[in-house]
Amino acid sequence: MGKDSAKSHIQRNSGTELDMSLINRIKINRSAVERRAATMGTRRTVKKEWQAAWLLRAVTCIDLTTLAGDDTDGNVARLCSKARQPVRADILQALNFDQPLTTGAVCVYHNLIPAALKTLEGSGIPVAVVSTGFPAGQITSKQKIEEIRASVAAGAKEIDIVISRANALTGNWEALYNEVKAFREACGDAHLKTILATGELATLTNVAKASQVCMMAGADFIKTSTGKEPVNATLPVSLVMVRAIRDYYERTGFKVGFKPAGGISKAKDAITWLILIKEELGDEWLNNQLFRFGASSLLGDIERQLEHFTTGRYSASYRHPVA
Amino acid sequence: MSVASIFESMEYGPAPESKDMAMQWLNDHKPNFKQFINGKWVAPKSKKYMDSINPCSQEKLASVPVSNKEDVDDAVKAADKALKGWVKLGGHGRARYLYAIARQIQKHSRLFAVLESLDNGKPIRETRDIDIPLVARHFYHHAGWAQIQEEKLPDYKEIGVVGQIVPWNFPMLMLSWKIAPALAMGNTVILKPAEFTSLTAILFAEICEKVGLPAGVVNIITGEGKTGAAMVDHPGIKKIAFTGSTEVGRIIRRAASGTEKKLSLELGGKSPFIVFEDADLDSVVEGVVDAIWFNQGQVCCAGSRLLVQESIAEKLYDKIRNRMESLRIGNALDKGIDIGAIIDPVQLKTIEELVQKGVDEGSELWQPSWECPTEGCFYPPTLFTNVAPASIIAQEEIFGPVLVAMSFRTPEEAVKLANNTRYGLAASLWTENINLALDIAPKVKAGTIWINCTNVFDAASGFGGYRESGFGREGGLEGLYEYVKLKVEDEFKLAPETKKLAEKLPSGENGIPSLDKTAKFYVGGKQKRPDGGYNRNVLDTKGNIIGEVGEGNRKDIRNAVEAAHSASKWAGTTEHTRAQIIYYMAENLEARAIEFAERLSAALNQSTKKSMQEVETSINCLFTYAAYADKYDSSVHATPHRNVTLAMKEPIGIMGVVCPNEAPLLGFVSTVVPLIAMGNTVVAIPSETAPLSATDLYQVLETSDVPGGVINIITGDKEELTKTLANHDDVDGLWYFGSKEGSSLVQNAAAENMKRTWVNFGKNRDWFNPKHVIAQDFLRHATEIKNIWVPYGE
Repeated sequence: MGKDSAKSHIQRNSGTELDMSLINRIKINRSAVERRAATMGTRRTVKKEWQAAWLLRAVTCIDLTTLAGDDTDGNVARLCSKARQPVRADILQALNFDQPLTTGAVCVYHNLIPAALKTLEGSGIPVAVVSTGFPAGQITSKQKIEEIRASVAAGAKEIDIVISRANALTGNWEALYNEVKAFREACGDAHLKTILATGELATLTNVAKASQVCMMAGADFIKTSTGKEPVNATLPVSLVMVRAIRDYYERTGFKVGFKPAGGISKAKDAITWLILIKEELGDEWLNNQLFRFGASSLLGDIERQLEHFTTGRYSASYRHPVA
Repeated sequence: MSVASIFESMEYGPAPESKDMAMQWLNDHKPNFKQFINGKWVAPKSKKYMDSINPCSQEKLASVPVSNKEDVDDAVKAADKALKGWVKLGGHGRARYLYAIARQIQKHSRLFAVLESLDNGKPIRETRDIDIPLVARHFYHHAGWAQIQEEKLPDYKEIGVVGQIVPWNFPMLMLSWKIAPALAMGNTVILKPAEFTSLTAILFAEICEKVGLPAGVVNIITGEGKTGAAMVDHPGIKKIAFTGSTEVGRIIRRAASGTEKKLSLELGGKSPFIVFEDADLDSVVEGVVDAIWFNQGQVCCAGSRLLVQESIAEKLYDKIRNRMESLRIGNALDKGIDIGAIIDPVQLKTIEELVQKGVDEGSELWQPSWECPTEGCFYPPTLFTNVAPASIIAQEEIFGPVLVAMSFRTPEEAVKLANNTRYGLAASLWTENINLALDIAPKVKAGTIWINCTNVFDAASGFGGYRESGFGREGGLEGLYEYVKLKVEDEFKLAPETKKLAEKLPSGENGIPSLDKTAKFYVGGKQKRPDGGYNRNVLDTKGNIIGEVGEGNRKDIRNAVEAAHSASKWAGTTEHTRAQIIYYMAENLEARAIEFAERLSAALNQSTKKSMQEVETSINCLFTYAAYADKYDSSVHATPHRNVTLAMKEPIGIMGVVCPNEAPLLGFVSTVVPLIAMGNTVVAIPSETAPLSATDLYQVLETSDVPGGVINIITGDKEELTKTLANHDDVDGLWYFGSKEGSSLVQNAAAENMKRTWVNFGKNRDWFNPKHVIAQDFLRHATEIKNIWVPYGE
């Protein structure tokens, strides 16, 4: 299923009531989750043409990201150009791959939206923006809502919000639900990606509960991390979140997307995450409508692996245009 | 396929592991493999060869020897010759060799893994990531045991030449479980791999050659069942270690009965996989995959009986069916498959027949929608629901990828269903409630309990069965005892033949007759008359009749076993309480010491002083086991996982004890008391020639608050009563101190329900010599070790 046909099939999650009895019943066994996660990349693998094709698919799922204090219009423009042409044309040619190939989105801070929009014009690549007091989220609810509205107004198509970790850590699930629901309303047509900041949620059970609450509140995507926590996307955390997505789909029929972010920098890791998605959620989730990598350096490694596949020579990073 | 089309479909492609090196190795050995005997590669005297087949393609891989009796004999001679030097080398020297073997296995791990996959049909992921790393770990771990043997096991020595027969499901892993501890403890070995899977064992022999292992220390012979039988029958082999089916285990046990061969048997299973309603169900599903679709379900400890709490049963079945759809079956050397090939068409047929029986019996069959490869020997993952405990598929080991599911209502019912089997190898429990997990784990009769995990193994943790899953442990300290014997055993002497004495009636010279005293039986805390209504005379050593005791029969034994069964909650009594009761026995025996001494003097026609010595030693013995009751601690094994591996010492259950004839009081106390100290309940047959010291104990037992049924005593004909005990399926273990013939009878009969036996082959220890009666050795025989794996982390 190509990404365009996938798009037309996905019905946006409209959320549900907060079901506290379900939240309270959630049980996650960390050791068992870690065992499954540890063998995710050893039970399955893709080689040769399959690896190349999967890596191309991974490219289309990247939210090419820059979230730094020293971001300027200039480097964001460069990033956006890279998003438009993520892999060298001659490599795609060698792969006999003649479809247009872009990353899933570009992800920046609010004030860089105009710069991004300018370079991306006509590409169809959405601009995603981090919001709600990213990364810590320690601002008032009112400010958060205003920030979302401002970003939507500025042209962002996807809003990556951070949840108030305090709500999760104190078990105030109702507050989390209400917060995210309000964010969703503020988003309007823009898609809402909720960052759980799993590195700060203490337990996998909290991760599972926060995932469910966010989906009940209407999240389009649930996302692991801001990239700024000491521990970001890990396979065990991802496994718990995608299982929550599966459970939510089985109960409501809504397909919610998943975005691991932070620390995924190797092509091999990208393949492992795709395997995780295929195994736990199925092929329907294996596209950028329902799956994204939040990554800045992953693309570079994928480019080198793709070149190696076409030439048989190990590639160097200077051979590929920088973002 | 084009990159663009895969980009659309996102399918998995083939991911073959190269078999070039393995094929090269096979080619180098054409036309035929040889046996490894006495450090040399020799052609079999049988001149016969068999084919080793790749189960995934049914292609011939190699031709390997079918060793016969003469070949076995050569191997035994070589092992025997090598023994002295191997022992003399000492722990450190042996440790160096084991360490070198471990290193070599690690260095050549991929060749081992590929060869094992080719020969066995199991996925390369398993051989590469599980089997071979565990093999290396096993040799490393046991290099360590060799190094510290003298410090940790000072009272023990090697057994000698051991014969080891391993199955085809884990050819290398089982080889390591057998060879590593045997070599560490100073034994020399003859190992026979299974006929389907000889190749990695031969590669292992090359490793032994490479590290310069002294000739004859390890001998590898290949062959069929007959080759194994020749090993079992060989008088030069002092111990047989076998892993395989319960059926063959039984044959081996019967064949070995009457010989003094030590045995360890790791047999079949029908292990329960118990899921409580508060478990993490998505994790449970992966547990199920690892339990029953690991190695195509051809695993003795496979979690093949799924027991699910009723409230979540349908939900879990749905999840499992969903997961089954995404399992991948195919060539074992594909790095992306979950399930490989069944070992042989014969096994495939067995699976198909049992599945058909399941369908015929009305159980609901479910298999995924995808098709198995048509070439090679494949069977799809299968789930049966609506299975009744009585159905054949719920009772019999299928040894294939077939899971049978049943539901339960309460934890108590889960335990009942879990234990409703003749086997007892392993169990898996899934719950997020540690109170529940640690309550259920001790109640399930199985040698290994995995909490929220399954099929986890390690060299530091003993693996082995309860009931018909066999006995003996492999791994950990507990596993070492299978390859050692007590040093003092060599001092035990063959008992002199007991002569039948002519009975002499009391003369009646001294006026009025003494009050007639007839000792009854002691059953369930009460004195009982013999069922048959017969009594027998008790004679002193000169033939004078000094009293009468009941003549026990089958029904008396039956009643005593029932009483012992009813008293099983003794196992749950605290260790402190058991200690207090045993101290109290000592106290009450002491109060009547003179009376007991006089009785002994009358029976044995010996001085009061000598008899007092026996009474005092008995009191001392009671103190020893009272002391140990709360000090023979369980331990925690250091396994390389984030978990606590509890090595729990559990009572065996209902124990029969046939007490020695000599030392009638001390022999009784020395054998019965360690058993009850550990929580067993006992049916004891006291000294046949001098039973009165035991029957006099009734009052001591009563006044010491020993609960009724914990100790039951039946007097009578030793051999007759022994036979009934040995043939009783509800007796879990039997200690026998008597003749060689009696010992052999016990072992032969015990093969039926695989009860644990400890017999003396007519060789007596000196019950007064503390070096002959090592308390911890008795306690070890009085317990079984259950390893409970408790992973943690929130």
